[in-house]
Amino acid sequence: MSEKFDVIVVGAGPAGTSCAYTCAKNGLKVLQIERGEYPGSKNVMGGVLYRQQMEEIIPEFWKEAPLERPVIEQRFWMMDKESAVTFGYKGLEWGMEPYNNFTVLRAPFDQWFAKKGVEQGVLLVNETVVLECIVENGKVVGVRTDRPDGEVYADVVVLADGVNSLLGKQLGFHKEFRPDEVALTVMEVINLSKDKINDRFNLEENQGCTIEIFGDSTKGNLGTAFIYTNKESINIGVGTTLSSMIKAKLKPYDLLDYLKTHPMVRPLMEGGESLEYLAHLIPEGGYHSVPKVAGNGVLLVGDAAQLVNAIHREGSNMAMKSGKMAAEAIIEAKNRNDFSESSLNKYREALYDSFIMKDLEKYKDAAHVFEHYPQYFNEYVPMINRAASKFFTVDGTSKKDKQKQIMRSITGERGKLKVIQDMFRAWKAVK
Amino acid sequence: MSTKNIEEKQYLIRFKADTKSHLTVLDHDICMTKCPDKICTIFCPAEVYKWEGLRMQVGYEGCHECGSCRIGCPYQNIKWEYPKGGHGIVFRLA
Repeated sequence: MSEKFDVIVVGAGPAGTSCAYTCAKNGLKVLQIERGEYPGSKNVMGGVLYRQQMEEIIPEFWKEAPLERPVIEQRFWMMDKESAVTFGYKGLEWGMEPYNNFTVLRAPFDQWFAKKGVEQGVLLVNETVVLECIVENGKVVGVRTDRPDGEVYADVVVLADGVNSLLGKQLGFHKEFRPDEVALTVMEVINLSKDKINDRFNLEENQGCTIEIFGDSTKGNLGTAFIYTNKESINIGVGTTLSSMIKAKLKPYDLLDYLKTHPMVRPLMEGGESLEYLAHLIPEGGYHSVPKVAGNGVLLVGDAAQLVNAIHREGSNMAMKSGKMAAEAIIEAKNRNDFSESSLNKYREALYDSFIMKDLEKYKDAAHVFEHYPQYFNEYVPMINRAASKFFTVDGTSKKDKQKQIMRSITGERGKLKVIQDMFRAWKAVK
Repeated sequence: MSTKNIEEKQYLIRFKADTKSHLTVLDHDICMTKCPDKICTIFCPAEVYKWEGLRMQVGYEGCHECGSCRIGCPYQNIKWEYPKGGHGIVFRLA
């Protein structure tokens, strides 16, 4: 492997493959290195893939990609121990072209996507770990792998090595992450027949549903749970910031079993058998945790650049968009034959000008606020449930009196001023 | 819905274990003397870490390679690398 490439992409997830695909399609010589047995074998996500950013790379991909179901309904539950306040949106327009998003299983999807890159000319090498970037005169010039004579060189190295990005750390682009910057999430794929899924989730052929669950799903800790419908299985998962997990001394798999057997969830899962159990970190530090993304001869994309919008559970779309923008910057740099940081900074500019960094900036204080003021999850969710119960229970009390009682119970528990402060703080964090 | 304990959950997964651990507890004395909670034994999603009274047993063969132990160890006492190429966990589905 001593030949030189235009681009080396480390990692074959959505970010890496988007970048490799786009570079190869534009005539660059691309080496993509994946440490797993195949692309997807190390990759985990809850399962929602957004159409827009994928389609920018492969038009009408839904006609051939291994997808599960188009999502036509998104539900949200604020769940207490024996109740839930729910809302959501169901729209048949999401079940038609061009679609909004799909549930996917990542192992088959990532293999398919990487194969599309190979068809464009990407040289994909699996089962190979990149141990470090080779740096000469302050410039990344290649990578050292765990293969014999495993040094490879390129004009640009793209780090798409995922949330842990040991390579980004090696270059000093970011320090070790703090436990409040990552969410530890575990999930299971549960086998369930198509008919049962359609009946239980009120779906028809080729319709999918997602449920995001707050509150008791994490025992009041900062995090969420999710239930996503696949064709003939369900992904059910739960995660909290690692710091919350540590503070509450929670075992993640116990939390998952708590969720699966929760009376609000149990009927959906009845009779299902676990097929796989998966754990993964999600980079949730947001705007403030995004590292340096461009250096001399090197770019960071996807989870490696911490590009996740936890509030809207968007990640793979940001990965794809960032991979594509990195590729575009590399193609321009190639035309100038200048791979310096200032040349590659076109990527940084594009990234900060795109919805990705705009959205991360919008929510830049949200993680911090919810981490430091846990009352939103462990007090307000139960409070809202009690309020709904009171309001909708017919017991001879007038509606006006009920409203008064509810307001009094809310302000009584926390104090009027505190409630106003809490509301203002939450509004400021997400406005 | 059958819940499965962590051992049973781990049986659902395919692992291609290397002969050498990619996880190293640097100093077992730190676990013993400074870390009463042994918090890695609690939050590790695969129960890789088990305290055996004097030292930390590391069942790296069942590791999900998530990185939590590296970030969550209060004493930065875990050296964390990727398993050799092609080894470690092999997810088949999600």
